[in-house]
Amino acid sequence: MADLAQQNIAEAHGGETRRDFLYLTAGAIGAVGIAATIWPFVDTLNPARDTLALSSTEVDLAPVQVGQRLTVAWRGKPVFIAHRTPEEIKAAEDVDISQLRDPQKDSDRVQKPEWLIIVGVCTHLGCIPLGQKTGDDRGPYGGWFCPCHGSIYDTSGRIRQGPAPLNLWLPGDADQASKALYKFTSDTAITIG
Amino acid sequence: MAEDSPGATARIIRWIDYRLPFVQFLNHELNEYPTPRNLSYWWNFGSLAGIMLVVMIISGIILATQYTPSADLAFDSVERIMRDVNYGWLIRYMHMNGASMFFAILYIHLFRGLYYGSYKPPRELLWIIGIIILLLAIATAFMGYVLPWGQMSYWAATVITNLFSAIPLIGSGIVTFLWGGFTVGDPTLHRFYALHYLLPFVILAVVLLHLVALHRHGSNNPLGIDHKGPQDTIPFHPYYTIKDLFGLTVFLLIYGLFVFYAPNFLGEPDNYIPANPMQTPNHIVPEWYLLPYYAILRSITFPILFISSKLAGVILAFSSIVVLFFLPWLDTSPIRSSRFRPIYKWVFWLLVIDVVALGWVGANPPAGIVVTVGQIATLYYFVHMLILLPLIGKIERPLPLPSSIGAAVMGGGARLSAAEAPLAKP
Amino acid sequence: MPKLALIALVLGAALAAPGLPSAADEIPLPRQEWSFNGVFGTYDRAAAQRGFQVYKEICSACHPVRHLHFRDLTDIGYTEDQVKAIAAGYQVADGPNDEGQMFQRPGRPSDPIPGPFPNDQAARAANNGALPPDLSLIVKARPGGPDYVYGILTGYKDPPADFKLLPGMNYNEFFPGHQIAMPPPLSEGAVTFADGVPATVPQMAHDVTTFLTWAAEPRLEDRHRTGFKVTLFLLIAALVFYAAKRKIWAPIH
Repeated sequence: MADLAQQNIAEAHGGETRRDFLYLTAGAIGAVGIAATIWPFVDTLNPARDTLALSSTEVDLAPVQVGQRLTVAWRGKPVFIAHRTPEEIKAAEDVDISQLRDPQKDSDRVQKPEWLIIVGVCTHLGCIPLGQKTGDDRGPYGGWFCPCHGSIYDTSGRIRQGPAPLNLWLPGDADQASKALYKFTSDTAITIG
Repeated sequence: MAEDSPGATARIIRWIDYRLPFVQFLNHELNEYPTPRNLSYWWNFGSLAGIMLVVMIISGIILATQYTPSADLAFDSVERIMRDVNYGWLIRYMHMNGASMFFAILYIHLFRGLYYGSYKPPRELLWIIGIIILLLAIATAFMGYVLPWGQMSYWAATVITNLFSAIPLIGSGIVTFLWGGFTVGDPTLHRFYALHYLLPFVILAVVLLHLVALHRHGSNNPLGIDHKGPQDTIPFHPYYTIKDLFGLTVFLLIYGLFVFYAPNFLGEPDNYIPANPMQTPNHIVPEWYLLPYYAILRSITFPILFISSKLAGVILAFSSIVVLFFLPWLDTSPIRSSRFRPIYKWVFWLLVIDVVALGWVGANPPAGIVVTVGQIATLYYFVHMLILLPLIGKIERPLPLPSSIGAAVMGGGARLSAAEAPLAKP
Repeated sequence: MPKLALIALVLGAALAAPGLPSAADEIPLPRQEWSFNGVFGTYDRAAAQRGFQVYKEICSACHPVRHLHFRDLTDIGYTEDQVKAIAAGYQVADGPNDEGQMFQRPGRPSDPIPGPFPNDQAARAANNGALPPDLSLIVKARPGGPDYVYGILTGYKDPPADFKLLPGMNYNEFFPGHQIAMPPPLSEGAVTFADGVPATVPQMAHDVTTFLTWAAEPRLEDRHRTGFKVTLFLLIAALVFYAAKRKIWAPIH
């Protein structure tokens, strides 16, 4: 019944149910033209070539002694590099994963166990946790402690107490942070990104 | 089960329209609005100008997300846009050549008005608003050209702002005020950037006024006679929407030829040299659309009474646009369209040639024959506006007007009504 | 019809005006064949690489190319590894380090190609007060573009008998005023091209001009490619819209 009504209306408009091929083509061309024009104006706001070129950082690890930690800048963010002691490694590996808020094995977070390389940004609201400088409060697990709201990370950078929902990220884009985003170019040098 | 969504959409639109009548408004202004049925392609340029204004604003805002308005960083930020920013080269060339296209369209639109008497009653304010748009566009373009901070940017800014020093007494104070310093410099660049971003939105508002004024009495037409009834008009949509769309496509082809194949043809190579306050280029030349005013400015090489040649040049250059405000009263002819004005029709083309000649004068160093041509052309321009226009209107014997637009269109030419036939003698 | 002819005449005059000779005396410039000329022009990669070699071995002694980064060289056919090696061959200023000192380090692809002088004053001091211009935009910054740059590089000759050459200047056929501070930079065999092409002066001039044109307009090929697609699309659109216009207007005409 509704179809009949529609047909009547269409006839009143002069038989436009048979949409003219020419007008359809014109409309389609117009739509394609507008879409094709909009794309450059959107893509232009994506990161430019010079921004993308600065997306990797090389770090010389030789000066970082066992037990020492180094902070480097990468893509505008701090990256924590920790030369872990055997005790710190053992403490990280001996944890029962099922007890963790964000379960993750230590071996999934490092390429070489003595080098922990993580992004130093608290996964709660983005402050930079303490623990890189000697004398800093590292929290009860000897990892990192975020002074803003009290998130506490262990020697693998995993969240143990406090409001943060996730472990400290491994280097990478937000959607695919992984330990693969850095590589050892030698025993004492890495390239991040 | 009947599909409800067309009904639902119509109901939502009706709900909004009852409170904010945008559909009614569009329907009235596009579907019902009576437009003369005989508009030629010379009437496309108004909508083209509006579209180019939008193109310039959008491309300008995108450029603004990447540009740095600081004297030591501006030039490099533009080069970064050209090299590193995705499609930066495209948007920059669009904006740069878009300015030239915008002025070409404005000038054609303006000369269309001159030829067909679109400035005559009752469209005097429509015309005046249009000249205000022209002035705003010139100011915007001038400031925009400074932003890349090339040699021509810097020195054109210096020369033109220095003009204000011609004003007696307060002149050099005004110039220092404009510069924000003792020369064109970083403060000048910053304020030009802020104003260049602002003015296009002022232009947008004045364009809306222009459209309101237009819709009061509707468009003029090539015959210059009022429409007298529905046999003379057609709805704007779909007739002029499709015609404007076609015209837009042809225009985009020409625009594209510049942007993609000759993006620097209309520009000055010197502007690819970073600004150097210690070295003036051999020839300081403005963009082509400012050349006629530049020519008039330079043509006064002698003082007039107590007015220095510099001040006289400035006054005349400004006057060349100011005189346009008075056009509806300077032109005394009761006939609108040049089609029926046998003398003015040719005088109009003399004006066009005069303006092109002024452009040539402005592009060349002021020496030898260039100066002479410039002075003659300047003189002719003001003679045209202040003497010829009033005179021709009085002495001209116009051709007989057709009885109506409809009759002219149907008859395939100007058809006389019986009463007018005896007056047909030229 | 006469009116149309008049309009065409005026438009033609207006567009031709920039090309008309001005009162200043113009030196006629011979036109060269360039791979990047024309609607379908592209940059000859081999020529551009040879041109980069000429720039690096000869011109870079005095002329910077501030707007080029090493990473840009992949555009003219160098691989990422080649670019890394080229960059690493330069020492680049960096710092301050943790001691507050500026230091030199090997270049990286993301660095701009360093110029020969730290600033304009040093450049002038080393060149008798003349400032060798930056070459990244030179092709767009001179009327005549590539033909002009080629002309300068090949235009050195002995001055005519009655010409007054100032001390320290060199006669050049195409430089405005005919006196240029730069001594002839190119000489036969000054560079040994990696691909074995003989390094005559015209060859080097041609190749370095190709390189410099790319340096000034690196996105030319994108521009031509996009332009072709856009023009084709608009031509078709114009035809379709014209047909639609005629169809809609049919009852009115």
